[in-house]
Amino acid sequence: MRQAIHVTVNGAEHGYEVEPRLLLVHFLRDVLGLTGTHIGCDTGQCGACTVLLDGRAVKSCMVLAVQADGAKISTVEGLATKGELHPIQQAFWEKHGLQCGFCTPGVMMATVCLLADNPTPTDEQIREQLEGNLCRCTGYQNIVAAVRTAGERMRASAAAPAGVPAQARAE
Amino acid sequence: MYPAEFDYHAPTALADALHLLQGHDGTVKVLAGGQSLLPLMKLRLADASTLVDIGRIAELRGIREDGDAVVIGATTTYRDILDSAVVGRRVPLLVDTVRQIGDMQVRSRGTIGGSLAHADPGGDLPATILAVDAQMTAAGSGGTRTIAARDFFTGMLTTSLNEGEVLTSVRLPALDQARTGSAYLKHRHPASGYAVVGVAAIVRLAADGTCQEARVGVTGAGSQAMRAGGVESALQGKALDDATLADAASHAAEGLDLLSDPYASAEFRGHLAQVLTRRALAAAVARARGGPGA
Ligand SMILES: Cc1cc2nc3c(=O)[nH]c(=O)nc-3n(C[C@H](O)[C@H](O)[C@H](O)COP(=O)(O)OP(=O)(O)OC[C@H]3O[C@@H](n4cnc5c(N)ncnc54)[C@H](O)[C@@H]3O)c2cc1C
Ligand code: FES
Ligand code: FES
Repeated sequence: MRQAIHVTVNGAEHGYEVEPRLLLVHFLRDVLGLTGTHIGCDTGQCGACTVLLDGRAVKSCMVLAVQADGAKISTVEGLATKGELHPIQQAFWEKHGLQCGFCTPGVMMATVCLLADNPTPTDEQIREQLEGNLCRCTGYQNIVAAVRTAGERMRASAAAPAGVPAQARAE
Repeated sequence: MYPAEFDYHAPTALADALHLLQGHDGTVKVLAGGQSLLPLMKLRLADASTLVDIGRIAELRGIREDGDAVVIGATTTYRDILDSAVVGRRVPLLVDTVRQIGDMQVRSRGTIGGSLAHADPGGDLPATILAVDAQMTAAGSGGTRTIAARDFFTGMLTTSLNEGEVLTSVRLPALDQARTGSAYLKHRHPASGYAVVGVAAIVRLAADGTCQEARVGVTGAGSQAMRAGGVESALQGKALDDATLADAASHAAEGLDLLSDPYASAEFRGHLAQVLTRRALAAAVARARGGPGA
């Protein structure tokens, strides 16, 4: 039996009737067409499907869409504002925090969460908090450099960094 | 990948959840954080005709102090536990353990009750729950009962919860007492992150610095988590020098039905249990000497 859900995704409200077994990642990709959230392993290991659910990083291949009823969701599509890259996107570009880019949306959403929790992480803390995101290309070195740079820029820019999803900031 | 079809209910009252768990034919399962159940259902290793999502039942979530104990609702997430100043101060061993579970995303969703009810042999929490002598509360159609940690885990992926019963809360005696220290150490599986072996140790010193009480829980090594009774009795009343700790730790794998897999043989697991027990005891003793709850 289909069930009605209401969610706010990147600030826009949506109401749909979905099958209970529909996973949040499929809801985002197939129903809303937000294909920036990737599916890597599909078994909860790789983190490519990471989005923010009420400000917390989750693997959307392990959440049912019905479990997200009433929640605020942020995906990689919500990072840039008015055509301007989010500081995290900018830093990943400049520091070569990506190669093929497959893992990148998930890594960046995890980064939003980790920097909201701790704006001044050490490299070791960055590695710990990104443990759930696998990257086959970069060797992680440049990912850590990108996160560090993004953190520095977001601290330096005004108290409320532009473009960080509101619910992440409120955490 | 997606799970086979099921009906879904998300009651907001525990009584409604209990009713749903009785009132169906076929396989009716509780859904908490979904971090074990949903991957299993996607792989079709588990199936359910109906899922009763207990995540919207407010009374099952939260952390409160109750005299000399901290009571944690079953659907309280790992993340909630890490964010709790009360847990950090009163049961630092739990924070030490939860920090090492899975990854940031899994900790956002996974719950204390889900981990215990699932009773994965590589789960981290069972070692700690055993070492602190926690008490589980379960509710079913016949009412509510409490289960001591020692009686809770009954085998691989099995607990003493009955069909249709919901684990509602976990009561952990506080550890912030004089001359008491604790530590959780694990050997992480390099791919899954689960404990190949994990050891939780609590040491309470007498005024003269000898061991008044030691409690040790071991997970991962065997098909179910167990207290290491041989280690505990070998420490009772002893002066805690390195040789004594090493001697006591040599009993760590006694009575365990050691698991074996391509990553870690039974022999390696038995060895890890001893090494991690010695190290966890040494860390707990150092903290016990450092001050209350250190
Ligand atoms: C990538 C990854 C890495 C992980 N690494 C670790 C790790 O290092 N260490 C570790 O310990 N765990 C690890 N886990 C497992 C994680 O801790 C799970 O969250 C936990 O085992 C289950 O909790 P849950 O709330 O998600 O429960 P669910 O998946 O919702 O439920 C699990 C089982 O318990 C039952 N259940 C749940 N709650 C209750 C209740 N209150 N009463 C009765 N029955 C209930 C369900 O019916 C189901 O059978 C990992 C998981 C993943 C995906
Ligand atoms: S696709 Fe979700 S964790 Fe890999
Ligand atoms: S950039 Fe290719 S997987 Fe990370």
